[in-house]
Amino acid sequence: MNQTLFLIPLFPLIGFLLNGLFLGRLNKKLISLIACGSVGLSFIVGLKMFFQLISLPENTRAIEEILFTWIPSGEFVVSFGYLFDPLSAIMVLVVSGVGFLIHVYSVGYMHDDPGYGRYFTYLNLFIFAMLTLVLANNYLLMFVGWEGVGLCSYLLIGFWFEKKSASDAGKKAFIVNRIGDFGFILGLFIIFWNVRSLDYNEVFVRAPEVFALGGGLITAATLLLFLGATGKSAQIPLYVWLPDAMEGPTPVSALIHAATMVTAGVYMIARSNVLFMLAPSTMTVVAIVGIATALLAATIALAQNDIKRVLAYSTISQLGYMFTACGVAAFAAGIFHLMTHAFFKALLFLGSGSVIHALAGQQDMRYMGGLKRHMKTTYVTFFIATLAIAGIPGLSGFFSKDEILWKAFSSNQGSIWIWLVALFTALMTAFYMFRLVFLTFYGQERMDHHTKEHLHESPKMMTVPLSILAVLSIIGGYVGIPHILGGGNQFEKFLEPVMKGVHHGGEEHALASSGHSAGTELTLMFGSVALILVSIYLSYYLYVKNVALVGRLRNSVSGIHKIIYGKFFIDELYNAIIIRPLVGGSLFLWKIVDVVLIDGVLNGLAILIGDVSLGARKMQSGQLRRYATVFLAGVVIIIGYFALR
Amino acid sequence: MTDQNWSILIPEIFLFIWALFIFGLDLGIKRKNPKILGYSAMAGLTITGILLAIFNGGILFKGMFQSDQLAIFFKVIFIGSAFMAVGSSFDIASEKIRHHRGEYYGLILFSTVGMMFLSSASELITLYIGMELTTIPLYVLAAFYKDDKLSVEAGLKYLIVGAFSSAILLYGLSLLYGLTGTTDIVTMKINLSLVFLSYGKIGPGLILAMIMVIAGIGFKLALVPFHMWAPDVYQGAPTPITAFLSVGSKAAGVVAFARIFVNGLIAFASDVMKPLDWGIIVAILAAAAMILGNITALRQRNIKRMLAYSSIAQIGYVMVGMVAASELGIASVGYYMFIYLFANMGAFTIATIFNDKTGSDGIISYSGLSKTSPIFAAYMSIFLLSLAGIPPLGGFAAKYLVFAAGIQAGYTWLVIVALLTSVVSLYYYANIIKTMYFSAEEPTIKIHPSFPANLVLLISVIGIILFGIFPGPILDWALESAKIFAF
Repeated sequence: MNQTLFLIPLFPLIGFLLNGLFLGRLNKKLISLIACGSVGLSFIVGLKMFFQLISLPENTRAIEEILFTWIPSGEFVVSFGYLFDPLSAIMVLVVSGVGFLIHVYSVGYMHDDPGYGRYFTYLNLFIFAMLTLVLANNYLLMFVGWEGVGLCSYLLIGFWFEKKSASDAGKKAFIVNRIGDFGFILGLFIIFWNVRSLDYNEVFVRAPEVFALGGGLITAATLLLFLGATGKSAQIPLYVWLPDAMEGPTPVSALIHAATMVTAGVYMIARSNVLFMLAPSTMTVVAIVGIATALLAATIALAQNDIKRVLAYSTISQLGYMFTACGVAAFAAGIFHLMTHAFFKALLFLGSGSVIHALAGQQDMRYMGGLKRHMKTTYVTFFIATLAIAGIPGLSGFFSKDEILWKAFSSNQGSIWIWLVALFTALMTAFYMFRLVFLTFYGQERMDHHTKEHLHESPKMMTVPLSILAVLSIIGGYVGIPHILGGGNQFEKFLEPVMKGVHHGGEEHALASSGHSAGTELTLMFGSVALILVSIYLSYYLYVKNVALVGRLRNSVSGIHKIIYGKFFIDELYNAIIIRPLVGGSLFLWKIVDVVLIDGVLNGLAILIGDVSLGARKMQSGQLRRYATVFLAGVVIIIGYFALR
Repeated sequence: MTDQNWSILIPEIFLFIWALFIFGLDLGIKRKNPKILGYSAMAGLTITGILLAIFNGGILFKGMFQSDQLAIFFKVIFIGSAFMAVGSSFDIASEKIRHHRGEYYGLILFSTVGMMFLSSASELITLYIGMELTTIPLYVLAAFYKDDKLSVEAGLKYLIVGAFSSAILLYGLSLLYGLTGTTDIVTMKINLSLVFLSYGKIGPGLILAMIMVIAGIGFKLALVPFHMWAPDVYQGAPTPITAFLSVGSKAAGVVAFARIFVNGLIAFASDVMKPLDWGIIVAILAAAAMILGNITALRQRNIKRMLAYSSIAQIGYVMVGMVAASELGIASVGYYMFIYLFANMGAFTIATIFNDKTGSDGIISYSGLSKTSPIFAAYMSIFLLSLAGIPPLGGFAAKYLVFAAGIQAGYTWLVIVALLTSVVSLYYYANIIKTMYFSAEEPTIKIHPSFPANLVLLISVIGIILFGIFPGPILDWALESAKIFAF
């Protein structure tokens, strides 16, 4: 087989090395050409491989390339290999495709930044790490990518490190993620300890033989993996880093903290569907955590004023949706939503970047308004993305969200309660997203006079990616039209070979077994759309037609508003119950245990060894006869040792 | 054994002729262009490497000379260390030894030819001759700064102790011959087991033979207590020669040891054969080397002496893999030497350049190097951290493999000693890094290596990082070469 798969991550790696090694010595044009070009090439190779993949018969759709044995250590053998199957194909195309658009956008957005070269170096490294993550053919290599994207996320959140809040946010993201990573690697230990391999192929084939269905070991392993996922994908309890991550440049928020990296957890769970299906209780935990996160984050998003923070909480909420899908064994639906979300959320972030760019850095929506008159393209594309995320029929978000809602309702693992909460969250989503649009683009211009004069549409470099993403946000859902609307749900079918843990019986069979009729599905679909429309109208009424009412409402429920605005004070809670005791304990360990106890013993030991060393040095007198004597004495002593033994 | 494949001798023959050619070239060019000799030595070594890739695999002289995977693996290390030694010599060649450049480079190549013969020897006489061919040019090279008292002293000490150990080695080899009636290592192995099976025991002569061979090869390895010459010689000799001694010459000792003990006397490795076992004695010597080498290195103020003690300790780690006397053991030894080649040659190259610029070998004079020559300070840190065994550098994987082999073979106590002493070693390696990076003194020195020295450094750094992260290819090769012993 001709090997081309390795090229996909190789291009961004080369880009990273070129820009990194010649940092600051290249001119901006060349930097952007290298950075964008390398990701573009990855996308092209990914596309070529994708067509090669779909030309294969359905059951053999997997291209594996093993480059070399990475770690051969006794029984612990890990190969360095890439696997291109339907799941990784989708991820590769999303990562490199959306990544490419965001690279291009960044050329415009970061144009005047002094750290231009550094920015693109990090961004290329990120793409490399992310592609490694999704292309790996074993868990360890995935973990390498997993850590790599974490590093890049840290570097890019703290990109403007001279700002204390930015470097703090970077540290917070890194440390919170480390907690998740710790869980992840412990999960891998359990898997390796029992399966004796970390290769996907072997793990997924052997796991059902090794682990008992619902047994303690597999439940522990999957829970630990899920802990890793909650870190990377910002779910309860580890979601707190993502809102702060908005300190990074906006294209980074779009690429890393919305479209790609944060979906790594969803990818990992979908990849491990065989394992998760063996642990029903973990599945329940995943579904509950997912839906709870979706609800909590949507609630917080209702009351935020910072445009990027609203989007950040919206991201957390949508990720919660994806996890809910995974938790009810609708992995394909989760990945479907992952893809459409990548399109419209990247678009929303980039649109907000365009707005922030025009307003010279202003992020507070209270000082925006009326922008639709000034920024035509940004407004239109942003509006399309909002329609998509709200789940308006005809746009991508509708198909994927509806799929999740239906699966939450109909699947064996689902329940009507999950469905209800999910629907309620969807209503809130529509509400806060339209609140955002109305506050930003409608009504009076509330910015100061100087800024208002300088309002301008962003350059082509930025608006063209917006337009492309807008088109994708519309059409991206048509690959997965459900049966009920006359489609074939091609997307789910495409992913079927990967979802070995889920028993397939075709849609009809699933319908029959869960006892729900086509009528039910249609009713739910139209019902939810109708409610969403009501929710949007409510938002319109409050934020455009009757603005004064909002203030009055807020005052009447000021207590609740304060709690929501303060994000339920989760950060403060963590600070009080985890961070403070930790700091206290660390102080004790430092001042008493380390300085007095350990250092005392160690310094004593060091002084002792140092003295011995001085003595040993004196042995070396420089006299040749002594050297020969020692030599001979050595021989004699060894002979004596043998003689006396 | 009728296969008379002369072509496998081509790399050795070529390198020998090339060395003569360099002698001649020195006369011809009349010192107009000082660099041409060095470059032609490097070119000759490169071509030898290519020839080695083409002509290998086979036996010659009824099996006295064999070009098996183990030989090739180590020949690559020899060629590599000679290449790097030559590459780092350009700076001293333009000044200190400018009247004898031809001899200098030629002798390095001669010594390399000797090592290559040695590693292919499957028979005691060839092995001994290979060892002498290796060492005699090195005596001259150690004393190459004729006007420098230290250098002359180094050469003389090396010669006298060398002759002494050579005699002991020869005595041990003759005892082995007397006991088995053959000099062929594989036949010796068979004869020994025949004797053992027929009589149920072997006389004390074998102990004597083994100890003398250990002592003789221990000299080359600078294994405690046969190491006393090393610090003085390492300090006095021209630094590239010190580097060559510490890597190439040691690797030659390693391969000789492996051929005689891990192949020929493999049956006597474990304590099942008590009291005729060599495993325990080598393990004790290895432990002594690690303890003494690391502890004495702590208080050294001269970087070459420090590296000398460090290399005494390093050979202790290599011997941990050796006493394991298993496939993994030999493979880990090969891998260790391969990484050691990069790390030690790299560190000595920096020391050479630095000494050439400043005339000093004092560790203290490295103060603030990170500010004036940040790249070289970073290189040096990488070499030292690899020697200390810090991941993800090659030295970590090397130590890990050696320890794994030791534990697998049941030498847990030895591995514990190795672990503890490597903690000690981190102190003196890190101490140099601290001096380079965190010294309050104002730096004055900036170093500018010549192009070949830069190349050597770059190759070393890339090798350490690349094979540290991806040990697979080298380890696979080392495992392949270990297979020839048929454990």
